[in-house]
Amino acid sequence: MLKVTIDNIEIRVEEGTTILQAARMIGGKVVPPAMCYYSKLKGSGGKCRSCLVKVVKGSAKDTRPMPKLVASCSTPVQDGMVVENTISEEVQEARKGVVEFLLINHPLDCPVCDQAGECDLQDLSFGFGMEETSTVEPRREYPVVDIGKLIKLHMNRCIHCYRCVLAAEQLTKKRAHGMLYRGDTMEISTFIQTAIDSDFSGNMIDVCPVGALTDRTFRFKSRVWFLNPMNAHRECSKCGGRVTAWMFGNEIYRITGRKDQFGEVEEFICNECRFEKKDINDWVIEGERKIKRQSVISGNHYEHLKKGSIIHPIEGTTEPQE
Amino acid sequence: MQDNKIKHHLFVRENKSVAFSGKTLEKVNSLISRYPEGRQKSALLPVLHIAQEELGGYLSVDVMDYVALLLNLNPMEVYEVATFYSMFYLEQVGKYVLEVCHTGPCAICGGEEVLQHIKDYLHIDTGETTPDGMFTLKEVECLGACGSGPSMQVNTEFYEHMTAKQVEKVIEDLRQKTEEEGSSKGWAEQFS
Amino acid sequence: MGRAILLDKANIPGIRAFGVYRAHGGYNAAGKGLLEMTPAQVQQEVIKSGLRGRGGAGFPTGLKWSFLDRKSTRPRYLVCNADESEPGTFKDRYLMEKLPHLLIEGLILSSYALGVRTCYIYIRGEFKYLVGILETAIREAKKNNYLGEKILGTDFSLEIYVHPGAGAYICGEETALLESLEGKRGNPRIKPPFPAYKGLYDCPTVVNNVETLAAVAPVIGMGGETYSKLGFGKSTGTKLMSACGNINKPGVYEIEMGLPVEDFIYSDEYCGGIKNGKMLKAVIPGGSSVPILPADLILNTSRGEARLLTYESLAEGGFESGSMLGSGGFIVYDEDACIVRNTWNLTRFYRHESCGQCSPCREGTGWMERILYRIEHGKGRMSDIDLLVRVAKNIEGNTICPLGDAAAWPVASAIRHFRGEFEAHIK
Ligand SMILES: Cc1cc2nc3c(=O)[nH]c(=O)nc-3n(C[C@H](O)[C@H](O)[C@H](O)COP(=O)(O)O)c2cc1C
Ligand code: SF4
Ligand code: SF4
Ligand code: SF4
Ligand code: FES
Ligand code: FES
Repeated sequence: MLKVTIDNIEIRVEEGTTILQAARMIGGKVVPPAMCYYSKLKGSGGKCRSCLVKVVKGSAKDTRPMPKLVASCSTPVQDGMVVENTISEEVQEARKGVVEFLLINHPLDCPVCDQAGECDLQDLSFGFGMEETSTVEPRREYPVVDIGKLIKLHMNRCIHCYRCVLAAEQLTKKRAHGMLYRGDTMEISTFIQTAIDSDFSGNMIDVCPVGALTDRTFRFKSRVWFLNPMNAHRECSKCGGRVTAWMFGNEIYRITGRKDQFGEVEEFICNECRFEKKDINDWVIEGERKIKRQSVISGNHYEHLKKGSIIHPIEGTTEPQE
Repeated sequence: MQDNKIKHHLFVRENKSVAFSGKTLEKVNSLISRYPEGRQKSALLPVLHIAQEELGGYLSVDVMDYVALLLNLNPMEVYEVATFYSMFYLEQVGKYVLEVCHTGPCAICGGEEVLQHIKDYLHIDTGETTPDGMFTLKEVECLGACGSGPSMQVNTEFYEHMTAKQVEKVIEDLRQKTEEEGSSKGWAEQFS
Repeated sequence: MGRAILLDKANIPGIRAFGVYRAHGGYNAAGKGLLEMTPAQVQQEVIKSGLRGRGGAGFPTGLKWSFLDRKSTRPRYLVCNADESEPGTFKDRYLMEKLPHLLIEGLILSSYALGVRTCYIYIRGEFKYLVGILETAIREAKKNNYLGEKILGTDFSLEIYVHPGAGAYICGEETALLESLEGKRGNPRIKPPFPAYKGLYDCPTVVNNVETLAAVAPVIGMGGETYSKLGFGKSTGTKLMSACGNINKPGVYEIEMGLPVEDFIYSDEYCGGIKNGKMLKAVIPGGSSVPILPADLILNTSRGEARLLTYESLAEGGFESGSMLGSGGFIVYDEDACIVRNTWNLTRFYRHESCGQCSPCREGTGWMERILYRIEHGKGRMSDIDLLVRVAKNIEGNTICPLGDAAAWPVASAIRHFRGEFEAHIK
């Protein structure tokens, strides 16, 4: 076992554990925000840089600090390592910078976005957003497109986390979309006219940290915070059949995977469960699902979000999960 | 580039049959054998170069699908790669592609004037092709010829020390050039 | 003139051919290394020589080689970085065009030292004609038993293959290069693991620059000790400088390290002074990624000492008043050059070449470019200058690969040294 200290809290972890995983074991506010890492997707992480932390002591053997901030999601723990997250001014500044970069081309149209209320970027910008938009530059604009009958893509909202690409690569037989072009003109696309029709393609929606990929069968009927998330299950030949059914009264508005406190699904689910089973009789409803995540919405601060402006930090909202 | 609107374009698979000649196919197979067993994807860039040159001057969906087949790849992997590298064209280009360096060292030695002169002379803007299909103009980044700038490439052949006069001559010479004179060695012939 | 040990044969007619190269003493070092020395001894000589990476970072080559995972049972690879895409840099092209066999000789010795049997030369696709030149040279070397099976009758066998890129500066970054060599998009890898452990095809790999690997031949030829006496202090040996911009004699020059910058710019042996009798305004001494320095600071350090062409002297003063030797791409600006326009131009380059993987670089390079475009086109605001400094600072050090830094430094240094010019553009 390796000993690591994060924000003065000590924990012992197995070899190969990353700083982020160690922080998640501790829980609470020492957990760095992760916009691209997804524990269930191999090769994820390292890209968004929102999880940067400071390593003030490399290990017991090599006590030197690391020269730069490191991505906690892709840096393995060394024995005796000392890490600073929330207690480091430098980390907080850098993270603010990262959030600013993520927002510089982001439309922030939360009021009309399907993801509002369960959006990692919305939460992050709430905690680390800049006081004012410092840009007069026009935002990058892509048209909104459908990728297949079931999924809608708002490329303007994409933060290029690669999660959906990895999900398609790892969960479906033949990936039919990918990350095209390069630099700030990169685009999630199918490149050719085609339908994404694999049995597990719907999971792209669940892994997307923002409202870039959304469920076309969830017909914008309701904001998520009016819906009751219920644990539900059914016999399914393709997947475990354990889902969250988002309900209003007796009506199922949407089916998603069951997300944990870090916004990750517990299990991936098949397209049949997600898109086709919208009748309450299809499911055994287990009971209300506790949403543990601290979102802007559950903090009741939604009214502060205005289109085109970046949110002012409000005291007390940076306290994450639990 | 100051346009914030990004053109989203879906390409069309025409299902035209495309194939390398037997001789080229041999070359492609020898290229594949340069990489370890199961690592045939490594041959993707050289094979795409050959495909672009020999199968129509640009990488159509059909051509990329053919390359995917040859290398046993998901076509999506080929699209992702083809769109990353600036030497690959996704749309039809002119017979000659003038790729003019617009990066700093060339720019301070008269590169901007040369570029403007080409635009005026051919009456096309960057990214456009002359109506006769002869010339496409592109601006590219540093070509590794900064000491002899302003530099440009025409179908991957270097032209250095360009001036407005010189560039006119290059264009006129290309117009006169017949097939037999041909160009220098193609991609397939570069490899042993 | 400093001693030419890389380019000494460059102007011999026909030197590109194996026979001519051999007749002029070429491949003697390879013979010496393979027949008279063990691989460990070859590496030892490289360590002794003090040779440092010529691709930009100046990392000691022998030390880098010693990191290679030799416990692994997997094959090892040597990859020669011939991507040369850093604006202002064109030395590797010159070396490969003139002396392809020198590079091959260096690759043979390096592979021998590292226990490598397969070596790839990753060359930028725009150098298509060099692919043919190198492949021909490889064929000749193979015919003469300097490559292939059982080289010179020893147990050492080696294949070298040339692999073209296809237009992406980022593929010069060593892990992006490896991705590209595997047929993927040129996205730099997240480190660790380092290539010395998990490089090409997850095997132990060394990546070195063309000039670095070519220099191994003279190092073995003359002995590491002798090589280490060339140059100045920790900057041993010679360096290829590619000089361009507003000078009388742009071109590639081999200098012995330690040459004063002033001599390099004004001597007729090298740049031959500023073109059209103009005044020197600024220099980017090591390729577009390193900080720009105004005339007074490139000629003398802030402590008043003459600036020398060494890793240390050019870095003297840190980011406040120094720069870096980098790749040796020496870009000279005369009094008429517009620093604002140039900074915008280079930032456009980085925006275009960012792979787009990580947010600070993908978004930051585009943001800086848009601001600089506005300033250059008369729509700047005074607050933009500090905004640029802040954006550059937020990129620097927070990205996956050093391209982020490479994009931030030119902007930060141009504002540091030429703030007045930015202000004048805005007013
Ligand atoms: C953005 C970027 C571009 C680079 N381009 C090149 C290049 O074109 N050629 C090169 O030799 N090294 C380049 N490098 C440096 C390589 O990553 C690597 O350090 C070098 O090849 C190591 O060789 P050396 O130790 O012999 O210098 C680049 C680095 C970065 C970050
Ligand atoms: S993706 Fe998130 S931050 Fe963006 S508009 Fe939707 S809810 Fe708001
Ligand atoms: S669409 Fe969503 S999941 Fe895919 S890369 Fe963009 S933000 Fe990530
Ligand atoms: S710093 Fe730039 S080039 Fe490097 S990985 Fe990040 S986005 Fe790509
Ligand atoms: S979560 Fe670590 S970099 Fe994105
Ligand atoms: S800047 Fe034009 S070739 Fe380098």
